[in-house]
Amino acid sequence: MSSQPHRDDAGAKLGMWLFLFTELLLFGGLFLLYSAYLARYPHEFAVAGARMHLVFGTLNTVILISSSLLVAMAVTAIQKGERRTVLLLLGGTILCAAVFLFNKYLEWSAEINRGIYPDSPRLNAGPPGESVFYSLYYLTVGLHGLHVLVGGTLLAIVALRVRQGAIHAGNFVLLENGALYWHLVDLVWIFIFPLYYLIL
Amino acid sequence: MSPAAESQPVSSSFWNDTGRTGIFSWIFSTDHKRIGLLYLYTALTFFLIAVVLGVLMRIELMAPGRTIMGAQTYNALFTVHGVMMLFLFIIPGFPGAFGNLVMPIQIGAQDVAFPRLNLFSWWLYIIGAAIIITSLFTGGGPPDTGWTFYVPFSARTGTNVSLAVFGVFIVGFSSILTGLNFVTTIHRLRADGMTWGRLPLFVWSLYATAWVQILATPILGITLVLVIAERLLGTGLFDPARGGDPLMYQHLFWIYSHPAVYIMILPGMGVISDIIPVFSRKPIFGYKMIAFSSLAIAAAGSLVWGHHMFTSGMSDMAILVFSFLTFVVAIPSAIKVFNWVSTLYRGSISLEAPMLFALSFLLLFSIGGLTGLILGAAATDIHVHDTQFVVGHFHYVIFGGGVFAFFAGMHYWLPKFYGRRYAEKPAIVAWVLLFVGFNITYFTMMVLGMKGMPRRYYDYLPEFTALNLASTVGSWIMVSGLLLMLANLFHGLLRGTPVGNNPWEGATLEWSIPSPPPTENFVVEPVVTHGPYDFKGAGIP
Repeated sequence: MSSQPHRDDAGAKLGMWLFLFTELLLFGGLFLLYSAYLARYPHEFAVAGARMHLVFGTLNTVILISSSLLVAMAVTAIQKGERRTVLLLLGGTILCAAVFLFNKYLEWSAEINRGIYPDSPRLNAGPPGESVFYSLYYLTVGLHGLHVLVGGTLLAIVALRVRQGAIHAGNFVLLENGALYWHLVDLVWIFIFPLYYLIL
Repeated sequence: MSPAAESQPVSSSFWNDTGRTGIFSWIFSTDHKRIGLLYLYTALTFFLIAVVLGVLMRIELMAPGRTIMGAQTYNALFTVHGVMMLFLFIIPGFPGAFGNLVMPIQIGAQDVAFPRLNLFSWWLYIIGAAIIITSLFTGGGPPDTGWTFYVPFSARTGTNVSLAVFGVFIVGFSSILTGLNFVTTIHRLRADGMTWGRLPLFVWSLYATAWVQILATPILGITLVLVIAERLLGTGLFDPARGGDPLMYQHLFWIYSHPAVYIMILPGMGVISDIIPVFSRKPIFGYKMIAFSSLAIAAAGSLVWGHHMFTSGMSDMAILVFSFLTFVVAIPSAIKVFNWVSTLYRGSISLEAPMLFALSFLLLFSIGGLTGLILGAAATDIHVHDTQFVVGHFHYVIFGGGVFAFFAGMHYWLPKFYGRRYAEKPAIVAWVLLFVGFNITYFTMMVLGMKGMPRRYYDYLPEFTALNLASTVGSWIMVSGLLLMLANLFHGLLRGTPVGNNPWEGATLEWSIPSPPPTENFVVEPVVTHGPYDFKGAGIP
């Protein structure tokens, strides 16, 4: 409805950064609980953490970091006007997102088969700290998985707009913002991976 | 009249905007003024519903024992009253209605930075509200946990907590988007010459509010998700039997919900800062300190949440620290009050309706703030915690502060957007009724709390009868004032006498454009050459 189109790329990016802050704080609540309960149950957290599937976690870390590289390359490519390359790189990023989620599915299936899920008889029978660890794990990783899904969808929309020619070398703030969001998804995982798989 | 005003060519008002027709020209409009009015109408609707619930509670408390309802109904009423007043009226209402209506004009912008996101925020608010209302009539019935949704009760009660909490989550998302929209707008869209030192203080207060919305609301979001997970998945994170800790819920909840108090009160302080100089015919005293204290309140207010938990079993050290920080927040609040009073000093004060509401804000907010210190000091808090004293205190802050400022804003700014004004005399009568009724209703609550009457009980000991009856009669006086005020505004804004550009002779930018404003606000982009309260610079005698 606005009478004259108003374009402010710096403003759009400022808005995106503010939004990313809110996302960090959303996860921040879960990390806060993690630190409080780790201080209370160091032993139980260590036992439960040692039981995590390190292979899945490592694989997914490599996949996500690669995907972040691909989307960063797409931002460079759009500035050179290489539309085909941009589409390939975005396709690669979305593929990584899909593989990440597929891995997650395999990992969760394995965990559930072992009887490890919130409110499971096995966890309820075990020491209290372990059930807290796994509940936090499922919530944090689940919320992160949701963000992978949202980020992948967002990048698919961006790819569509690139194909239509709406995003081009002269106007690519939407791609930049999409990439920023994807880096956030990556960044959160970079904290989840050591906290749940490595340091315990 | 300001010279800038005379140079603005005539243009059609935003009410005659062409394009979509009928209701769609409103609910799909991206014009900040139309979105602002949408927020105003919807927020006031929820306000009135919640007022009815509040009056019903007061009637129940008129006499000891069961008067008109049982315990379970009473539990549902105080829960829904709180949820609606806070999450559906004052938190979205102030930035949503007056922030949207006034802020872009005050900084000389055509609209907010993200107009479509702005509309999306309103829709999220409506969707969240619809979910909350649905939760009242489905499942196990309306939630009975109180607006704080404390575990373990909220994880176990059979009422429809999950759905209500999900609705609040959606409304929170709307609040976040409004906040980031406003921060971006204030950074990016100020007109030429609108430096940070020339921002009207209402804009400063919204800026501080917007940061609280951005930084605090996500914590509420994750906390509510955890309550839902607790109920639906049985995660046990707050269940002591499985290693969880209910105290963690209280921490997470108040990390948001204490700063949220400042979402409710900061815009009100901004309205007061704009009204007092205009009706004292004097530049504001201590502009920089008022602007700075808004940010200081937002920052310090984010570190005091633990004062809600003095009786919950925190460590003594934590109690000491939170108590100290709570007293720190009193400093910027007092800076504001002193500066407002100094602005009044030797001013040429005209006691019109907006000013009366602003002056009563000063008194009521001061009482609310000082009784807050009684609760912020651990030694006294232990005695009055969870009593009617707390209820009286926060109504003095949120109703006597925030909502009276909201009413002041309605009398001050709505003539600008309707092009017509209300009658002065009924407005003053309504103010007297509201002010007197308010004090009878809530001051008695504080006395009752001191005497030991707990909050959230539908029954009480016989010795509390007289004061409870007085409080209930006070609520009737207050509601009669409220109805008179709304009827007078409604009638005046539709049928009243037309107003010119600048009925109050204010110096901020919104008074330099026609009433009602044109769709694009400024036909010629404004260049700002004077401060917001520099009446001489604006050419006003």
